[in-house]
Amino acid sequence: MIALSAHKINKSYGTTQALTNLSLEVEKGEIYGIIGPDGAGKTTLFRILTTLLLADSGTATINGLDVVKDYKQIRQVIGYMPGRFSLYQDLTVEENLHFFATVFHTTIEENYHLIEDIYKQIEPFKTRRTAKLSGGMKQKLALSCALIHKPTVLFLDVPTTGVDPVSRKEFWEMLMKLKVEGITIIVSTPYMDEATRCDRIALILDGQFLKVDTPKNIIADYPYTLWSVQASRMHRLLRDLADSPFIRSSFSFGETFHVTLNHQATPGQLREFLMERSYSDIAIQEIQPTVEDCFMLLSKRQA
Amino acid sequence: MMILLAMPVIQILLFGFAITTEVKDVRVALFDPSKDTSTQLIKERIRSSEYFIIAEELTSIDQINDLFKYGKINLMIVFSENFAENLLHRGEAKVQLIADGTDPNQASLLTGYASGILNSYQQELMEQYRIPFQIVPEIKMLYNPQLKSAYNFVPGVMGLILMLICAMMTSIAIVREKETGTMEILLSSPIKPISIILAKVVPYFTLSMVNLITILLLSVFVLDVPVAGSLFWLTVVSLLFILVALALGIFISTMVNTQMAAMLASGMGLMLPTMLLSGMIFPIESMPLLLQWFSAMVPARWYIAIVKKIMIQGVEVQFVTKELVVIIAMAAALIMLALRKFKIRLN
Repeated sequence: MIALSAHKINKSYGTTQALTNLSLEVEKGEIYGIIGPDGAGKTTLFRILTTLLLADSGTATINGLDVVKDYKQIRQVIGYMPGRFSLYQDLTVEENLHFFATVFHTTIEENYHLIEDIYKQIEPFKTRRTAKLSGGMKQKLALSCALIHKPTVLFLDVPTTGVDPVSRKEFWEMLMKLKVEGITIIVSTPYMDEATRCDRIALILDGQFLKVDTPKNIIADYPYTLWSVQASRMHRLLRDLADSPFIRSSFSFGETFHVTLNHQATPGQLREFLMERSYSDIAIQEIQPTVEDCFMLLSKRQA
Repeated sequence: MMILLAMPVIQILLFGFAITTEVKDVRVALFDPSKDTSTQLIKERIRSSEYFIIAEELTSIDQINDLFKYGKINLMIVFSENFAENLLHRGEAKVQLIADGTDPNQASLLTGYASGILNSYQQELMEQYRIPFQIVPEIKMLYNPQLKSAYNFVPGVMGLILMLICAMMTSIAIVREKETGTMEILLSSPIKPISIILAKVVPYFTLSMVNLITILLLSVFVLDVPVAGSLFWLTVVSLLFILVALALGIFISTMVNTQMAAMLASGMGLMLPTMLLSGMIFPIESMPLLLQWFSAMVPARWYIAIVKKIMIQGVEVQFVTKELVVIIAMAAALIMLALRKFKIRLN
């Protein structure tokens, strides 16, 4: 069953084209990730789907309801957690939860089982003002508030930005549980490592989807052998790699460079090339591509 | 930015040319039972003076009260009977100057100018006949015999405070939700726009009612400004004015996106016109015609006029029908506008 479908969505702000001919379909009970850098159009897409913005052209439905015509019914069944923390900072944790329960015509008790796991962690601070919570706790509370009315479709716009790694992990475990409850989740994130947690992902750049598939398929589709390169003088390495005739592409990945080689080139040739330029501690290893490598490749093609 | 650059220019020009406490073209009514050469000459001088316009010449003395109640005139000049005869034969004649004391400053200015005109005529006669003549002006301040300034500023302050609290605070409160992002969640929830508006408006409505009561209590018991007319109608009119201000606040909130902008818009857009154009400080009659039209669009002008009439002059409600109709029309139009403009989506 289709929980959400959008067809040829266009949206521009003045002369800036934010979304171009975007179409997507999300199955019921799916975790659908929208992966892309800041400014790619994730938030605009979310606002259109949550009935908060009107698209310039194109249509979208949630549970068969039109986002423009039937916005009132849609607002009853969706949960939305905006990218910016948007709860009442001068209310306490408990007051915020109570407020949103009331806004959605329900009570905290009614759907407590949905939020129990996550709310338990912030319950010790329930009399604290929201402004004084840490980033991770804020996001947990925001998720609780978005879930309190048991939405059928949940929109999470960059929910893990500014959250510590442990809380991020807990957050995703929470989403897995919600999936079991049959809630459809559309989540956007700039973190590529979170992509593999999704059932399907759409890679978005400059308002267009580069590719939509399962994370596994996207990685499997990576056409080249990928090498990780490390050497002594890392900061010079970038320029020398670019000068090298063997290199098809190279991207900096924290401590290493991810490199693909030209058609006939071998890693041995690259090693010689680097040794000629007096690098030491050269390590060249074949590695599995990640979603980020796929994104880089696709975005380069796009350009 | 434009506002900051344009503000000083506008204000300097306004204060320099248009808005002034000097009186000009004030409407005067005359009652002249003698109709002789002396009164004729005096009337001629009044007519040619730049301060006064003769609005009406009464045939009966009974009309005076109604003229003041409708606010048609600010000064009434009543000549005594057989004016010229008394003046020439007894050397003394009486003129009564009746001014509207609800604006004490203006009232003293007006009676002063009028006495000046009488004096100069008297001076001329003396030079002509070499006998001491005396025109005795008898000054009467209607509604405010002691010329207390409180009688003037209490209605003005009521207009100002209610406008400030309702419009500025409401617009800021709604815009704050936009600024903190909570509006985004509220709009994506099933809550109805009208509930959001009511939730924002009710606290300030209550607050302004408390303010209204405080102002009235203070003015009656501390400043000794009595509520001369009907307290019921004063309350009704105040409620209407509060509605106007609240609707303006909602309207502003739909136009701007930051609290700062809301503050500027309600400050410059509402406070300044209320102070300058409502007639609370500067008489509307002495403004250029263009500004008079502008002032007709300032809700506080009508409200302050009604409060002055009901509270200070103590007139019955039928004398403020025109102002009341204007306020009701403004309230209805602005509420409609505010509700229609209130966005169910983000921008």
